[in-house]
Amino acid sequence: MNVLSDNFAMFREGFLGTVELTALSAALALVLGTLIAAFRVSPVPALRIFGTAWVTLLRNTPLVLLFLAVTLGLPALGLKGWDSFWLAVMALGCYTSAFICEAIRSGINTVPVGQAEAARSIGMTFNQTLGQIVLPQAARTAIPPIGSLMIALAKNTAIASGFNVTELGSVQKTLNAASGYDIYVIFLWIAVCYIIITFTISGLFRLLENRLAVAR
Amino acid sequence: MTSSVLYDVPGPRAKVRNRVYGVVSAVAILGLIAFIVYKLDSTGQFQAGLWDDYEYADTQQRILDGLLTTLKTFAIAAVLSVVLGTVLATGRLSDHKPVRWVATTVVEFFRAMPLLIMIFLLYAAVFTSEPMWALVIGLTLYNGSVQAEIFRSGINAVPRGQSEAAYAIGLRKTQVMTGVLVPQAVRSMLPSIISQLVVTLKDTSLGFIILYEELLFVGKAFAQQTPPVNGVYAFIPMVIVFGSIYILLCLALSSVATWVERRTKRSRKGSPPAMPADDPSITNGMGGAGGQTA
Repeated sequence: MNVLSDNFAMFREGFLGTVELTALSAALALVLGTLIAAFRVSPVPALRIFGTAWVTLLRNTPLVLLFLAVTLGLPALGLKGWDSFWLAVMALGCYTSAFICEAIRSGINTVPVGQAEAARSIGMTFNQTLGQIVLPQAARTAIPPIGSLMIALAKNTAIASGFNVTELGSVQKTLNAASGYDIYVIFLWIAVCYIIITFTISGLFRLLENRLAVAR
Repeated sequence: MTSSVLYDVPGPRAKVRNRVYGVVSAVAILGLIAFIVYKLDSTGQFQAGLWDDYEYADTQQRILDGLLTTLKTFAIAAVLSVVLGTVLATGRLSDHKPVRWVATTVVEFFRAMPLLIMIFLLYAAVFTSEPMWALVIGLTLYNGSVQAEIFRSGINAVPRGQSEAAYAIGLRKTQVMTGVLVPQAVRSMLPSIISQLVVTLKDTSLGFIILYEELLFVGKAFAQQTPPVNGVYAFIPMVIVFGSIYILLCLALSSVATWVERRTKRSRKGSPPAMPADDPSITNGMGGAGGQTA
């Protein structure tokens, strides 16, 4: 009757799988997204074109297709020996990086030009302008959307269950197939697990927002 | 030249430096592309045997059938989700507390659940033999909740004076909504609604995981049936062909959103109210379960 206590080990493994997948692909997405955002705002046209192409392609590709492309394409490009977990991290990280890039870029675009002009006119160097004037202001605008992107990422990890990764989605699939449990009860517990993860993420980002908030 | 927040208008030295960076990065990017193409070629992905299947009318017919299935699923899910979104948004804007609570709970719950988990539930519990309806209902519940949030924030973004003036001349709430608020809100919401429809279109590919015969599933089945040529399976050509179809579909739909956005901005009657839903907290579209999106 009690799905959770009967299969606690399975649930724990699935929960940890989802958390790990979320954390690692979030790290990859943040790094890649920042890099691509830097490309997109750079004065070098070639890099700008590359960044735009990356964002357009990835934002218009269904994640399932990207999973297929990564699981089948990377081994063909000679990356043999990667297990399905790391391939899933690659797919999720690349996909989310396109959205992170746009969040960061629109954060930078909301900083009024006058701020940077004022900084330059009092003699700040490029690095000082960027580090002390532009980025701190851009971060405040970019952090709430990045938070909801992270929540979306946590929910997207469920797709990895279709590609041989152990996480909550695959736990649900296995338990649904193993008859004897009420399918709705299984769903309820899976839902609770996801809600724990998403609430943690949104709590963390709210904390971050409060930390960075400025009384205006 | 408009100045940027990030850097000053380049002087002669900066111009030279930028040109050098440009050449270096262009070479690097072209090198990367060449490397990928070379790798694909050297692992035998461009052998004619893997590709000439796509020239048969039979194959093209199957791709077309898959495409039509995807579009049909998308059309049903899009209509149902807009309807559900309208109902839920009406509920959230209701004057009656219980109605508001129910609508808010439904919206928050379905927005917080990964779409795939919902689809697994529907497929295992309700629509065991009809994957299409599991997919359509799952998409409807999730996207309907997101659309509801878009509608609600669009209506709330109409300046307060509009509804106050309407009430002051004695209109009832229904009249205020249908006659004053909704017509103005729709103009500002339309781009967000269409972007969410792009997310719906992308998410139809989740049917692949529950073995529903939509476009991506056709592609996978097709690649599995093609006999390997010199030990190379036909998966990469499949990803390239079907990926292009998906990207073109989504780009077409997003360009409609951009076009609508430009049109509404150009309107002579002043710009529509600013859309707070521009931030991804509402349209966090990213595919799968988040949208967000995407």
